Amino acid sequence: MIIVYVLLDGFDLGAGAIHLIVAKTDEERRQVLASIGPVWDGNEVWLIAAGGTLFFGFPALYASGFSGFYLPLMIVLWLLILRGTSIEFRNHIVSRVWDPFWDFLFCASSLLLAIFFGAALANVVRGVPLDASGYFFEPLWTDFRLGEQTGILDWYTILVAVLALLALVMHGALWVQMKTTGPVNQRSAKLAANAWWGVLVLTAVVTTVTFQIQPQVKENFVTWPWGMVFPLLAIAGIAGVRFELVKRDERKAFFASCAYLTGMLASVVFGLYPLVLPARNPIYSLTVANAKAGDYGLKVGAVWWTIGILLAAGYFTYVYRSFAGKVVIAKNEPHP
Amino acid sequence: MEEALNVHRLHFAFTITFHYIFPQLTMGLALLLVYLKTKALRTNDEHYNRAARFWARIFGINFAVGVVTGVPMEFQFGTNWAAFSRAAGGVIGQTLAMEGVFSFFLESSFLGLFLFGEKRLGRVGHWWAAFLVWLGSWLSGYFIVATNAWMQYPTGHRVDSHGQIELASFWSLLVNKWVFWQYAHTMLGAVQTGCFVMAAVGAFYLLTKRHESYGKTFVKAGVLVGAVAALLQLFPTGDAQGKLIAEHQPVTLAAMEGLFETQSGAPLVIIGQPDVQKRRLDNPIQVPNMLSFLTYRRWTAQVRGLDAFSVDQWPDTIALLYYSYHVMVGLGTIFIAVMVLAALLLWRGKLYDSNAMLWALMLCVPLPYIANTAGWMTAELGRQPWLIYGLMRTAHGVSPKVGVGNAWFTLIGFMGLYVVLGILWLFLVYREIEDGPEDDEVLHSEPAVNEAAD
Repeated sequence: MIIVYVLLDGFDLGAGAIHLIVAKTDEERRQVLASIGPVWDGNEVWLIAAGGTLFFGFPALYASGFSGFYLPLMIVLWLLILRGTSIEFRNHIVSRVWDPFWDFLFCASSLLLAIFFGAALANVVRGVPLDASGYFFEPLWTDFRLGEQTGILDWYTILVAVLALLALVMHGALWVQMKTTGPVNQRSAKLAANAWWGVLVLTAVVTTVTFQIQPQVKENFVTWPWGMVFPLLAIAGIAGVRFELVKRDERKAFFASCAYLTGMLASVVFGLYPLVLPARNPIYSLTVANAKAGDYGLKVGAVWWTIGILLAAGYFTYVYRSFAGKVVIAKNEPHP
Repeated sequence: MEEALNVHRLHFAFTITFHYIFPQLTMGLALLLVYLKTKALRTNDEHYNRAARFWARIFGINFAVGVVTGVPMEFQFGTNWAAFSRAAGGVIGQTLAMEGVFSFFLESSFLGLFLFGEKRLGRVGHWWAAFLVWLGSWLSGYFIVATNAWMQYPTGHRVDSHGQIELASFWSLLVNKWVFWQYAHTMLGAVQTGCFVMAAVGAFYLLTKRHESYGKTFVKAGVLVGAVAALLQLFPTGDAQGKLIAEHQPVTLAAMEGLFETQSGAPLVIIGQPDVQKRRLDNPIQVPNMLSFLTYRRWTAQVRGLDAFSVDQWPDTIALLYYSYHVMVGLGTIFIAVMVLAALLLWRGKLYDSNAMLWALMLCVPLPYIANTAGWMTAELGRQPWLIYGLMRTAHGVSPKVGVGNAWFTLIGFMGLYVVLGILWLFLVYREIEDGPEDDEVLHSEPAVNEAAD
């Protein structure tokens, strides 16, 4: 579920982060916004639904994770509020101060969100200072080292955050490329190609470092070698992005990027299993077993959840098909 | 610890109160949009489509603010109330997640189609989009009320040996008498907000002699639906809620009514200021025996006052609870008077020329917001000192490791952000009302025209 959120909101976050770079004129900027306009809040719903699912499925994880990441989560919420309002309010008024203000806010909040999501993921992988009470609290930063009293930001989490930003920039640029024509399309293609190198290098670095920091990962891949399919998927994905970019197949390039993100996230989940929130001190780690809710609740949940998600997938397919194809902005369209 | 508890409570109270300004209009307007689209479908008159498009623009702005202020609510259970979430997540997480899975997906998908897809969908298709947006928003309300109803009247759960509260019966969590009446009462409140807003905009147009044909449509729709909702709000839904509280939260009833002493033939207090220290009501204006009758349908029935309960069971903000309740009931009574009178004038064909009534409708617009807020305050303050009634005290639910300083930091942040958001919302909605329903060639809320090129 979180993977679906990353794939979907990932492209609109990425599109937001590159908004000011690829689109220079008002018309071009509206083109970028229009490519995500009808779908962004549906995408964001995946985040809420994922939060809710975590809540009833793993109450202990939800409780200690959310209260421990109190500050970054609140900042993420503020960014989501700012980003949502920028998309919704921008086109209500035409003015030399109104649109640029929202464009800037949209771009800045999208960028920061990508960074925070990356840092959050890295925190989970690195482990948090959980104690016997089952709770922890992390300040935003301490000494940027991986000691006992970690902060949200340290050198490792910042590294992952930069990777997340680049990966989403690439993902977003590929989406915008697929949905647009003209100069925006060309600039996005170029940006995606440049970001690709960064993603490649950082993926290699982060992967190496992660094996040192979280021993569970190595253990899992050794115990269950079939898990290698996830990193292989990521590698195939990243190679595919390059290949399709050169071939100029826009759709396939975007889907290759989806494969890369899926592969990376699935590798993390697989690598951590059965941990769901590792502690700096391993005896306090939250695992699937000690964080999950009662059996009856999980069983009932699984039933309605499946029904609900099938329904949702139905609406989504319908909406995406209704708004399929390239965005066209008529030259003489009366500006609202 | 005391201070941390208070800041966390204020944090939740502030963000939820601000948030609920928006969904109440969303849910009320959603119903009225279905009404307008049905009219359009039946009469085949473009007038109603224009009217619906006008309200859809306001709906869009309102919905956006509702969404962005709603996301923090889902997270705050974990961030600020971690101990509560850990203990009860297996139960309330169910309904909250169902809201996301069943209603948000529905609502957001079809709202996109409703706002941007009128041409693609055709007449009947567009009616369906409006209907599904309504369904989504009302389902959403159901899951939220079901969550709250469980905290008021916990049922369908089991407490295991570690103090963990587990779900034991899905259906009794989702369907019970408390959620039924609380949902009906809450939704009628939302419908009234929608009706008063629509009628007020209509009255504004009629009084300023602009867009008068639309003014009439809006006033008529608002008054007709609003009069029905106002009456149902009092009876049976308000009455039934009161009886449930008398039965399951008697100490709350005593505090709401300002009844300090147990009495046979208890009076209904209309106005008066509770003095909790001296345990009495100052300057009371009362209707004798009325409370006994309303609660038990017998004029001389005994009603338990606060003195029948130990002080540690009392809600901790009795005066505020008392006022919330009285403001809600007082305003509800005014709504019945205004709406029924307006409906009578409408029936006699005099409403559109009655300046006094139009002024009244226009000026009433903030009141349903106040009444809905006061109603929720009654429910939430009345539940104290319990977080889950009879199961978990509010003091035991907060996040143990989130300190006062951090809680203030984010509370102040939300306050600043929401002030800006509130001003923007008012500004944009006011602009739509100024622009009026007639000029609707371009949908304002649409980022750009989306056309399939391939």
